[in-house]
Amino acid sequence: MITREDVEHISWLASIKIEDEEKDELVEHFNTILEYFQQLDEVDTTGVKPTYRVVDLANIFREDAAYKSLSQDQALKNAPRTENGYFKSPRIV
Amino acid sequence: MLSELKARLKAESCEEYLCGLFEKIEKSSLNAFTTLAKESALKEARRFDKNPGRGLLAGVPIAIKGSISTKGIETNCSSRILRGYIPPYDAHVIERLKSEGAIIMGKTNMDEFAMGTSTETSCFGPTKNPWDQTCVPGGSSGGSAAVVAGGEAPCSLGSDTGGSVRCPASFCGIVGLKPTYGLVSRYGLVAYANSLEQIGPLTHTVEDTALLMEAISGHDERDSTSAEGARHSYLPGLEDGVAGLKIGIPKEYFGEGVNKDVEKAVWEAIATLESIGASWQEISLPHTRYALAAYYVIAMSEASSNLARFDGLRYGERMGEDKDWHTTFSEIRAKGFGPEVKRRIMLGTYALSAGYYGRYYLKALQVRTLIKEDFLRAFKDVDLLASPTMPIPAFKIGERINDPLSLYMADVFTVPINLAGVPAISVPCGFAGRLPVGLQLIGPHFCEAAVLRTAQAFEAATPFHKAKPEVS
Repeated sequence: MITREDVEHISWLASIKIEDEEKDELVEHFNTILEYFQQLDEVDTTGVKPTYRVVDLANIFREDAAYKSLSQDQALKNAPRTENGYFKSPRIV
Repeated sequence: MLSELKARLKAESCEEYLCGLFEKIEKSSLNAFTTLAKESALKEARRFDKNPGRGLLAGVPIAIKGSISTKGIETNCSSRILRGYIPPYDAHVIERLKSEGAIIMGKTNMDEFAMGTSTETSCFGPTKNPWDQTCVPGGSSGGSAAVVAGGEAPCSLGSDTGGSVRCPASFCGIVGLKPTYGLVSRYGLVAYANSLEQIGPLTHTVEDTALLMEAISGHDERDSTSAEGARHSYLPGLEDGVAGLKIGIPKEYFGEGVNKDVEKAVWEAIATLESIGASWQEISLPHTRYALAAYYVIAMSEASSNLARFDGLRYGERMGEDKDWHTTFSEIRAKGFGPEVKRRIMLGTYALSAGYYGRYYLKALQVRTLIKEDFLRAFKDVDLLASPTMPIPAFKIGERINDPLSLYMADVFTVPINLAGVPAISVPCGFAGRLPVGLQLIGPHFCEAAVLRTAQAFEAATPFHKAKPEVS
């Protein structure tokens, strides 16, 4: 069972702030959905390999050479805050 | 049909045709387009009128789902967090369309970040179904389906992670294809669940879908999951018919939970296929009942990782004053994402978190293997599978939006296909009351040609693709 405390912890992990009044509904939705997911427990998967990708491709390499990419101007064009040609982030420390 | 449209555009004026479409769109009540690229489209149309060129899609206007990057045209995934984002580059499919002479009309409404079955989770509000404007058009590519069904665009592109092309095609009475995973490059498609999704066409006819597939499929080194090999051609052999074709009917896709009118229309479709030379037999896909849970665990887990990039730093809206790093991003994401997107990111985060990874995510990936093996086993006995695309016809706007699990349940026949990575098409096969019903044809990996050929033979034997809604 997911509790209010679990929802708070998940919200922190996911970097999505939630308000107090949202918590009860999230607890209810999460429990309903997770209960549905638990039917996977019925399946015997002993020795079954996981499928991460359906197409059997692995380690696609390219030449280690420079190629045409976005200019600095283009890369910064959609950024809401920039300074001296850089993305401006909030303070870290 | 696009072949007729191409002839008409050459004989008449592309600019005039396009102006007519934009006039219709501006008066429309469907809420299906979110951004129009009127100026650039009309410029392209005038260029075509002077010199039509020889591309596969020369002069053909096309609408593009809001999750596919278009250089210079806002691409916001119907999410507040991406409002105002103008991509500095084109997705691979857009490069391909442009090089074949197609004209990009604008971007269509969708469930926010493609998370939904109804186009109701859009920050722009729901798109309406052209057949009944009190009903949803399906989702998540609901805008792309509604513009085609409603006569606002001759064709469109959508993306399909768990049914997002086939569901709206079914609900809106048009054709929609989810290609084999890896056949169409995902470069420039905003990722939701990257191991499941493919871009696919939405059109009036099977031939139009084949034409668009010729344009957009093929290897692209910028998508590391893009399949190797030469580009395929889908038009030759399209009319070869279904004589001798063996069709499997998965028994798990009928019965409980399937609307009676839907089931009736699909059985009639199977009888039609039989009458034109195919044979059918019942088969079993025994792990079908676990597909929905496995799909949602995988999709939400991938979403929690893919959507971590939306932090208001490099693009999108940065609301309010900056505080410390974590608080700033948590507040931006709280305001920028809608409830369903938050739910999926948070559940995915939980499924991947310490102590639960094996129980949910790894388990779901193992079940995915069993589901894929179900399909591979079935295709040893039969050439294709046939089923309803959706268990129900379009439902009312607002009817299911507050009950997430009941919305997820509607995806029961579409998500197994994405888990297995095989191709599937939805074609119109009748009506439940006034609302269209879709037949789903599923093929083995990279057997789009057989899927399209069968769909073409069915379409040629039935009138349903000709029915058009009266949109006021």
